[in-house]
Amino acid sequence: MNASILAIVFVPLLAAIVAGLGGRMIGHTAAKALTTGGLFLAAALSWPIFISFIGGSAEATVVPVLKWVQSGALTFDWALRVDALTAVMLVVITTVSALVHLYSWGYMEEDPDQSRFFAYLSLFTFAMLMLVTADNLVQMFFGWEGVGLASYLLIGFWYKKPTANAAAIKAFVVNRVGDLGFMLGIFGIFMVFQTTSIPEILEAAPAMAGSTIGFMGMRIDTLTIICLLLFIGAMGKSAQLGLHTWLPDAMEGPTPVSALIHAATMVTAGVFMVCRLSPLFETSATAMAVVTVVGAATCFFAATIGTTQWDIKRVIAYSTCSQLGYMFFAAGVGAYGPAMFHLFTHAFFKALLFLGAGSVIHAMHHEQDMRYYGGLRKHIPITFWAMLLGTLAITGLGVYHLGVGFAGFWSKDAILEVAWAAGTTTSVTAFWLGTFAALLTSFYSWRLMFLTFWGKPRWIESEHIQHSVHKTPQEAGEDTTGGYHPHESPISMLIPLGVLSIGAVVAGQVFHDPFLQESEFWNGAIAFNAELMVAMTEVPYLVKYAALIVMVIGFIAAWYAYIRKPSVPKETAKQLGPIYHFVLNKWYFDELYNFLFIKPAFWFGRVFWKRGDEATIDRFGPNGAAWLVGQGSGLAKKVQSGYLNSYALIMLLGVVAAVTWVLF
Amino acid sequence: MGGFPILSTMILVPLIGAIICLFLEAKAARSVALVITLINLALGIVLWLNYDIGGAQWQFAERADLFAGFQYALGIDGIALMLIMLSVFLMPICIGASWEAIKTRVGEYMAAFLLMETLMIGTFAAQDIFLFYIFFEAGLIPMYLIIGIWGGDNRIYASYKFFLYTLLGSVLMLIAMFWMVNVAGTSSIAALMQYDFAPEAQTWLWLAFFASFAVKMPMWPVHTWLPDAHVQAPTAGSVILAGVLLKLGGYGFIRFSLPMFPEASAQFAWLVFALSMIAVVVTSLIALVQHDMKKLIAYSSVAHMAIVTVGLFSFNVQGLEGSMIVMLSHGLVSGALFLCVGVIYDRLHTREIDRYGGLSINMPAYATLFLLFTMASIGLPGTSGFVGEFLSLAGIYQVSSTVAFVCTTGIILGAGYMLYLYRRVAFGEQKNADAAAMPDLTMREYALLTPIAAVVLWMGIYPESFLAPMRADIAALDARLARAAPAGDAMISFGEPVVDEAVIEEAPTTPDAAVEEAQ
Repeated sequence: MNASILAIVFVPLLAAIVAGLGGRMIGHTAAKALTTGGLFLAAALSWPIFISFIGGSAEATVVPVLKWVQSGALTFDWALRVDALTAVMLVVITTVSALVHLYSWGYMEEDPDQSRFFAYLSLFTFAMLMLVTADNLVQMFFGWEGVGLASYLLIGFWYKKPTANAAAIKAFVVNRVGDLGFMLGIFGIFMVFQTTSIPEILEAAPAMAGSTIGFMGMRIDTLTIICLLLFIGAMGKSAQLGLHTWLPDAMEGPTPVSALIHAATMVTAGVFMVCRLSPLFETSATAMAVVTVVGAATCFFAATIGTTQWDIKRVIAYSTCSQLGYMFFAAGVGAYGPAMFHLFTHAFFKALLFLGAGSVIHAMHHEQDMRYYGGLRKHIPITFWAMLLGTLAITGLGVYHLGVGFAGFWSKDAILEVAWAAGTTTSVTAFWLGTFAALLTSFYSWRLMFLTFWGKPRWIESEHIQHSVHKTPQEAGEDTTGGYHPHESPISMLIPLGVLSIGAVVAGQVFHDPFLQESEFWNGAIAFNAELMVAMTEVPYLVKYAALIVMVIGFIAAWYAYIRKPSVPKETAKQLGPIYHFVLNKWYFDELYNFLFIKPAFWFGRVFWKRGDEATIDRFGPNGAAWLVGQGSGLAKKVQSGYLNSYALIMLLGVVAAVTWVLF
Repeated sequence: MGGFPILSTMILVPLIGAIICLFLEAKAARSVALVITLINLALGIVLWLNYDIGGAQWQFAERADLFAGFQYALGIDGIALMLIMLSVFLMPICIGASWEAIKTRVGEYMAAFLLMETLMIGTFAAQDIFLFYIFFEAGLIPMYLIIGIWGGDNRIYASYKFFLYTLLGSVLMLIAMFWMVNVAGTSSIAALMQYDFAPEAQTWLWLAFFASFAVKMPMWPVHTWLPDAHVQAPTAGSVILAGVLLKLGGYGFIRFSLPMFPEASAQFAWLVFALSMIAVVVTSLIALVQHDMKKLIAYSSVAHMAIVTVGLFSFNVQGLEGSMIVMLSHGLVSGALFLCVGVIYDRLHTREIDRYGGLSINMPAYATLFLLFTMASIGLPGTSGFVGEFLSLAGIYQVSSTVAFVCTTGIILGAGYMLYLYRRVAFGEQKNADAAAMPDLTMREYALLTPIAAVVLWMGIYPESFLAPMRADIAALDARLARAAPAGDAMISFGEPVVDEAVIEEAPTTPDAAVEEAQ
């Protein structure tokens, strides 16, 4: 297993280096083949590891790689740790990444910088694998920042677009706010535990219960403050409420990037971190409550915004944000199995939805506004069916008594049930928020489907289509297609859609046992609360059917508003007035942060520079001294000759004189 | 090494080279300077390979008594070794960077650089406090000349400012040195590092040294010479200024202030912390609004050096080692960033950020290397910037979580101003036709930037090569500081959440008691 672990992690790195630095030399095709081949190899090596963990035949393994830092008691090395939790992440990352690489052959076909794009994708995959195989918190931080770099590069891949550049910087800087928490968390952990090794921390954590440490002048429960600091890091990476603003903007990147990084893998790193450190989080009820509340709030908040957005990718982005909220509140109530299960199924159906959306965008000449779609069902049927399966998966269609359902049914229902079963005030609140968010999820997902694939074509109103057909809406007249013919995507894009569709349908059905039940699978990789998992199965039927009921309501509402009576949305928006605008404008977070942080930063920068450095320090410092000298005696004027050589000479003479005076 | 005086050789070779260069015409002077610096680099590598890790504290010692107790004494420990390596590594790169940019009085220019190399190696290798002082202060003279003669339009003002600030500090330090030698009866640095000065004396001695080192660092608010000096200096001048001269302050703290005045250092730690916290926040914000590339990087240097000072005064191994790595890393990275500015300055003759844009299109190799150094500057793990920053901040956290918090905000602000710079230079549309027409890196420029890139990654991935030689010296310093080390505000305590008294009781002895014990 050791050799295959090393290969899984480092083959993508090597491919990235060769494709990135040598792309010009070896050509686009070779670069693409190398990176894609590397990822398929990694995926092929990952699945057997995952299967062997499910079968209970594999044990946690650590492969040491290289010494990293040794500074007093603070030591950490490069090492790859694989246990059940990592194995789950390995298959998710390598599978989705391999498919996204393949998909990009078609999607990026005309881009002049293809090899750079593929190099970044592989670099990202390497960093993500380093993150999930980390044996100590610092290596996890390495992966954490590495994926941040790759995300920055890929969001800004089309670097001529000012919006893409702004989004890239925003993603990096907002993530750094989270990283501030992560770093302080690591420092606190080192101070308390004298180690950054994850297994050692988890082992020592319970003994620290009841102790306090100082933090910014206060004394706070040790484990609570550590967990909260780390969780701030998780919030940044996983775009939770407050630090979520970068994720929707990140949609400026090419769509395969959104599927891989901003849906299936990187944004789930926060959830992974909480699960990885679950025994630590279990020691602090306060921290767990915070995780639950933040997760539930995000889940609800992002879903509300999802119902009002017009950009197809932004709808899915807010959906991702919302689904991450589910994972967090599951973790917060102590149900790490369901959290990881949802992470696993979500990776398939959300990557599917994004790649499907990419296929739609590809067909629609880069138009992303759903207002200009409509009636695409018959033109791009394969994409339509893939998106339909993805939608059924995310909305969670399934029937408890029949024991059948799409992927999202198994994992989302498990989360809602476990929140109910946990029975605390926060967890039950999370249940209600989560259920309401499921209603909204169903509504915005079907809204997306109806606007895109049903109804009459509204294509000619799109500027992109106008450019393509060289017509204005007036010239097109009655024909709202403008004579445009959307084409189904090439085979390289359809294969990933097909594979992910299978995942979206069966991933829940096949894998729910190992994830949710006490078995040999987890085997200590997460804190597994067996009682809670049993209680989960014994909740009232109404709870078990809650998700299905709200899913149907959401479906009917969307059908009524967008198929049956298309005038409804506008009227409702008018009636709701301020609330609608509040949600449409994303709760005004961007405006608020701009006002609170961005503008003041530049304003203070200018003040400190002009008023501070120039008008105060220089004026009374060197310039003041010059003025004094200028006003002084004739001797001083001679000294102030302006010739550097004479300064230097005087200085040297002075030194010699002083030395002589003292020593003789 | 037998008895071969390698340190003297390394000091003497550039000096001879400097004298030769004075008499040569431009072309020959360039070649001679390059050969000389490469010889010194080779000698430096020999030095490193022969340095016995875990051996004697002071190695390659040389000693000759001069007049009146004044000694020519050399010797290095791991800390000095690393800083000498940094100097000899950057020097050939500086010569290469000046190859085409300097057209007037080339011989004198090369002589000034070689003289500076002599003086810098001397500073780090000096074992006598007065010898140190001479090298330390004289090292600035070539720098005045480089700025004042080969600098930009406003060079006289910049070199005047540079002169005034550094003069102020050094006079006080010299007086303190005389007093110390009189009291301790020795001018040997190694002996003085073991000597316990009375606490009252330490206070003013510390302040006298601080005046000099704070300017060199530079610490806020005596930093305003740096942006002007950088802006006016030629590219290679900026590289050596950021790369090595800024390290003199940190070296001074670690060699003099901390081991010679431990109690005073603990006593004034709050001052250092306060100034450093201000520096991190204020100069980072100032960097955000700069229009001049060199000024931006100069201000970012002040913020990075503040991480060095908090690490040094955290009185623990992580802080000290982290500070050393930050110094080495900053020397490489900001040197490389100034080279990157130089590359495009040589083509367009402006440092105005807005005159560039979209360089990724016409200069992809340049954009890649510039990105690497940008990332190293903002401390991305895997680059040298991270290791130092992480260790320093981990060190300071154990002393004060508040200071750690404020200084760690630097990672956010740093990302902000560096990525904003990178975006305006390398991304976006090619809005200026002349910038869009610039050719990518030449072979010469590759040869300057890629070695730095390689070391930046080496130090980020396997810093052990750099930490190992310093380990014993830092441990010794840490042991010496232990008696004065402040108790952290963040320390763990069990039981009821209380009480500052408990923490104070746990603290080691108070300064006075420690001194009494020592006596």
